Parts: sequence; structure tokens; C-alpha cells
Amino acid sequence: MRKVFKLEDLDCANCAAKMEDAIKKIEGVTFASVSFMTQKLVLEADDAIFDEVLAKAKKAVSKIEPDCTIR
Amino acid sequence: MTKKQKRNLRRILIALALFIVVFIIDKVFNLASLINGNLGWLLPFFLYLTIYIIIGYDVIIKAIKNIKNGQLFDECFLMLVATVGAFSLAIYRGINGLEIEGFDEACAVLLFYQIGEFFQGYAVSKSRKSISSLMDIRPDYANVIENGEVRTVDPESVKLDDIIVINPGEKVPLDGIIIKGETSLDTKSLTGESKPSNVKVNDIVISGTINLTSTIEVKVTKEFYNSTVSKVLELVENASSKKAKTEKFITKFAKYYTPIVVILALFLVLVPGFITGAWDTWIYRSLSFLVVSCPCALVISIPLSFFSGIGVASKRGILIKGSNYLEQFSNAGTFVFDKTGTLTKGNFVITKVYPEDRKEEILKLAAIAEHDLSHPIAKSICSEYTGKFPKDYVMTDLQGLGIVAKKDKDVICCGNEKLMKKYHIDFKKANENGTVVYVARNGEYVGTIIISDEIKEESYNLINYLNGVNTNVIMLTGDNESTAKSVAEELKIKNYRSSLLPQDKYEYLTNTIKNSKNPVCFVGDGINDAPSLMISDVGISMGGIGSDAAIEASDIVLMKDNLNSIVEAKKISQKTMRIVKGNIIFAIGVKVIILVLSALGITNMWVAVFGDVGVTLLAILNSLRLFNAMKFQSKR
Repeated sequence: MRKVFKLEDLDCANCAAKMEDAIKKIEGVTFASVSFMTQKLVLEADDAIFDEVLAKAKKAVSKIEPDCTIR
Repeated sequence: MTKKQKRNLRRILIALALFIVVFIIDKVFNLASLINGNLGWLLPFFLYLTIYIIIGYDVIIKAIKNIKNGQLFDECFLMLVATVGAFSLAIYRGINGLEIEGFDEACAVLLFYQIGEFFQGYAVSKSRKSISSLMDIRPDYANVIENGEVRTVDPESVKLDDIIVINPGEKVPLDGIIIKGETSLDTKSLTGESKPSNVKVNDIVISGTINLTSTIEVKVTKEFYNSTVSKVLELVENASSKKAKTEKFITKFAKYYTPIVVILALFLVLVPGFITGAWDTWIYRSLSFLVVSCPCALVISIPLSFFSGIGVASKRGILIKGSNYLEQFSNAGTFVFDKTGTLTKGNFVITKVYPEDRKEEILKLAAIAEHDLSHPIAKSICSEYTGKFPKDYVMTDLQGLGIVAKKDKDVICCGNEKLMKKYHIDFKKANENGTVVYVARNGEYVGTIIISDEIKEESYNLINYLNGVNTNVIMLTGDNESTAKSVAEELKIKNYRSSLLPQDKYEYLTNTIKNSKNPVCFVGDGINDAPSLMISDVGISMGGIGSDAAIEASDIVLMKDNLNSIVEAKKISQKTMRIVKGNIIFAIGVKVIILVLSALGITNMWVAVFGDVGVTLLAILNSLRLFNAMKFQSKR
């Protein structure tokens, strides 16, 4: 499953790159891309574990930029 | 400006005003001398500290949070270390009775850092907005007829077979078929070209176009998520998720840049510190390192440039599916074209009829023989001949030869060489390229019709341009050698391959890609060359409106059926890449210079922070130049 999320308050371009890196490292993620310009996260993972992966991605994002949230 | 931005601006202005006041008083009256003795530093310290906290409390909080999360090389943290370091040095000097300096500097670094962040955020959100407004083709509402009443609803809630009303001036919200009324539609928002097209009952309307003249009723044939407008929007919005090599390089560079600079800063303190013992000098110099350790200028300006490039292109009806394709397209060294339907119109028109004085008669006889057929050649004859002709002939279709039409003793033969020979007709053999149709009546040769595929006018311009910029142009066609040769010569294409079956084209393309150092583009009409579009480095399809298959298979979609878009796309891509490379060199260059100068003690933290913030802003402005230059060009 591939889903697009909005990243709110993503203020720093370097953080976007860091997030992408971190999310790609999460187990079960087949594709991930964080676009600073469109403030979007494209996440692709297996249907069965998608929610689990998403939760981990959310954690990774708030670790890098505490103000930023996935919607 | 968002609320957050406004709040930040207010804070920056207050801090800046306070800073200027304190700074001037300090320089004029020397704050440190107002209290006598060793505690003189306390007054300037507290004044500057107040400003420091006003301007930097969020940086401090963020830095602490990030350290907790293990983000050691975070820019907030590094800024904090640099400024706290500067404060500490100043305190150290104060306690030791040296001349007080450095409080203003520490404060200013953070202040200018915040100013830079503010402008950066402002510029980015502004450009984000203006670029997305370029692509704003999303319809806001649809007027649905339900039980004879018109209701305005969200296009997403409209179902298949619903009837919608579109008034003049409104956007067509969903794809459908007209069931009532006729009007003129403008496709500008999709193709970038204002070109009204007239539509009537049973014609298809495409979402995103604008109704110009009168009200129509449309039966919805595609739900919103499936409609053209959604497809286009999705494509453009997702383009930035496919990242270019340069972009990946920069994020990788950024990943190593910060740790390396921080480690260098550490070395700069320790090594010369131990040797010379002048700790404060070297600590001070290394603090400048921390100030320029943030790679933001690069990381922000590169995706911004790509995004602007893609945005500008989409405004012109050129949809680029990813930054990676934009980058590859700018480097493309080989262009492979499908002939029919791409370089030529694929419409088979009569280019010559002779002898000239019997033209009417020849066409009339040919029309009598061919009017019943659906073959493109027959169609081209019938569309050329507009006069009346008898339709009571009996036609015989001799496969591979032509048509014989008979009425009583009147026999008309219309076909190729073989047909003429079969009927022992003495004819004059034609030398022209294209399809030759001989016409004879009652055993006697009347004349010849030459039918060929018309070359598109823009093809000349495009091939001329590509030849001029040293690209390798190749034309592939299923047509015979002589037709292929004439088109190639006419267009000045040096390489061509004729008599190819679709699988031959694919194979040829595969080999070309294997043997080419530069990216290979394939340009096709997207109808039956999907595999070729997919396999090429950059697949370009023409006239993407309404053709889902073409949009799906290609990497660049030309919404208007015009080859000049390729020239335009090439120019946009090259300009984008020039700006991207310029930014990289400029930003890295300035940072390295600042690093070297601070290591040598030639500059101070003021220069470092100005350099850092300034580079970021200049790089952003440089990226936006693309957007402005292209906008200006299109107005002219």
C-alpha cells in the first residue's frame, strides 16, 4: 500500500532529508520519500503492517523535528 | 504569512530594536565601565542575555529536545553551542579583567540566524504558494441535477452517470459526455495554450477545461479521482518524490558535512590550543566553524529549484513526473522519434495529383472507386474531393492491388502498379515517395495520385534545434525505406531505421540505450509504444489529454500536441540544472572560504553568520529566478 501524508510544520530542508533517511530504515518500508517543497510524505509498506510502520514513522519524524506532525 | 510567521517577525523586530539600542549605548558609553571593578561585565552581560533569551528561547528549547533524542548534529544545538561559547569567552575575559567584548557578537549571531530562518521560511512558503497556484486546476465544486434541482456539491461526491450543469466561466469538474447544449471550451489550464474548442452533444468534455460561452449539461463518465484533472494533479504533486541524483548527492553531502565541520572545529581548539596555549583565540575561531556548519543553503535550494522547474513546465502544458526525469532530460544526448503520428501527422493527405489539368476528373474517379472504404488512403481521397459523384457503381476490392468499379461498360481501376499491370494498362510510373494510386478508365491511364503522411510544421523547428545542440536524432518507422528516407532527408535527420515492426523498434531502442553514455529519450504518441516509453530513460508522449495509457507509461507528458514543447522543456530543464549547479558551487564555495578565513583568524563570527544566512537567502533567490525568468518569457 502506498499512501501520501501531509507533514505539518516541516520547517527545515535538512530535517526533511534526515526524516526520509530514518523512515527508509524502518523495517517493512518498501519506499519512502519526504518532499520538503510539497511538505508530503509518500510511504509504501506492506498492507498487513502498514499501521505499525506508520506509527514508527511518526515517532521518527517527531524525534527529528519535535514540532512536525504527520497527518 | 501564517500566524507563526507573524509571531516570529514581531519577536525578531522587538529583539532587533532592543539590540540596536543596547549596542549603541554600549559603544558610546561603554556599559562595562559603568560599574567599577571586576564585576563591570555583569551589566552588559545581563542586558545582552535578556535579548538573547527573547530571540533564542525556541532555539534553546529545540536544542535541548533534540539532544534528548540523540540528534547531536542538529543546527539548533550547534547554534546554541556557538553562542553559549561566545558568551562564556566574554565572561572569561570579564572575570580576568580584560577588555569586555563578545556579548554583542553572541547575541547578534543568534539574532541574524533567526532573521535568516524567518526570511527563508517566508521565501519558501511564498514560492510554494505561487508554484502551486500555477498548478491550480482543481475544480472547487460541481452543480449536480437531482430531481430537477441543481445542487452545488464537492466534485468528489459526484457519482458515475450523474448529470452536472456547467455554466459559462466555470471549470469542468469531472470528465463526461455532453447531453444537452453546445459550447466552446478552453483547455488553457491543462495545455498552457489558449485554444477554444467547440463541443456539442455526445462530445467528450475533460475536467480542468473552462466553459467559455454557454451552459451545458454533462453526464459524468469518470469519478473525480479518475478524472483527468485528478490524474494531472497527482502526477505533478508526486513529482518531487522522485528525486534527482543531484538532490540525493546534496542530502548525502549534508549528512557528512556537519559532523566533519564539527570535528574540524574540535581539532582547531585542541591542536593549536595545546601548542600555543592561547586557548581563547582558538576556541573563538572554532565557534565560527559551528556557525557555518549548517548545510541548509544547499539542502533547501536544490529541491526548490527542481520544484520551480517542474512547476514552470507544468504551466506550459509539460508534465514532468519527477526531478530525476528533469535532470536526465537536461543531459539527454539521444532522441529517438517514432515517425508516424509524432514527426508526421499520421493523417495521409494527397500531396500531388497529375496531370494537373485532369485533377478534378482523377479525384472524381478515385472517389467513385474508394468512397465505400474505411482505409486511410480511401478516406484521404474522399476528404479531398468535395464534388458530387455517382454512387451506383459495383466495387470489387482486389486485396493488395486496389479497387475496380464497374457500371455497365464503364470500368474504373484505382490501385497500385500491380493492378495496372494486371489490366495491361499503359501507365506512367511515378517516382515520388509515399503511397502511389494510379487511376485508369476503360483500359486507359488517366492519372496518378500521390498520398503521403504530412510532416508536422514544428518537426522542422524541433529537429533543427536538436541538431544544433549536438544531439543524436534517430527516427524509427514501420514504413518502407523510400518513405522513411524522404522524411528523414526533408527533416535533416541523419539516422533512421525503416520497415520496423513494433517489436523491432523496442529492440532497437534497447540496444541504443545500452550503447549510449547519455540518457536516451524516446518520443512517441503514446498509443501503441508504451513499452518503448517505459524502457527509455526519458519517455515522452504527445498530446496527453484524455489518454490515460500515455500518461501512465511516459515520464514527460506533453499536454498539447505540439513538438515545440520539447524545445521548451529542454530549455527549462537546462536552466534548472544550471541554477542547481550554480547554487551548489556558490554555497559550498562560500562556506569553505568562511571556514578557511575563520581558521586563520581573518574573519569573526559576524562574518560567519552573515555568510551562512546570506548564502541561504541568495541560493533561494537564485532558485526563484527560474520561476520569474520563465514567467516573464511567457508573457512576451
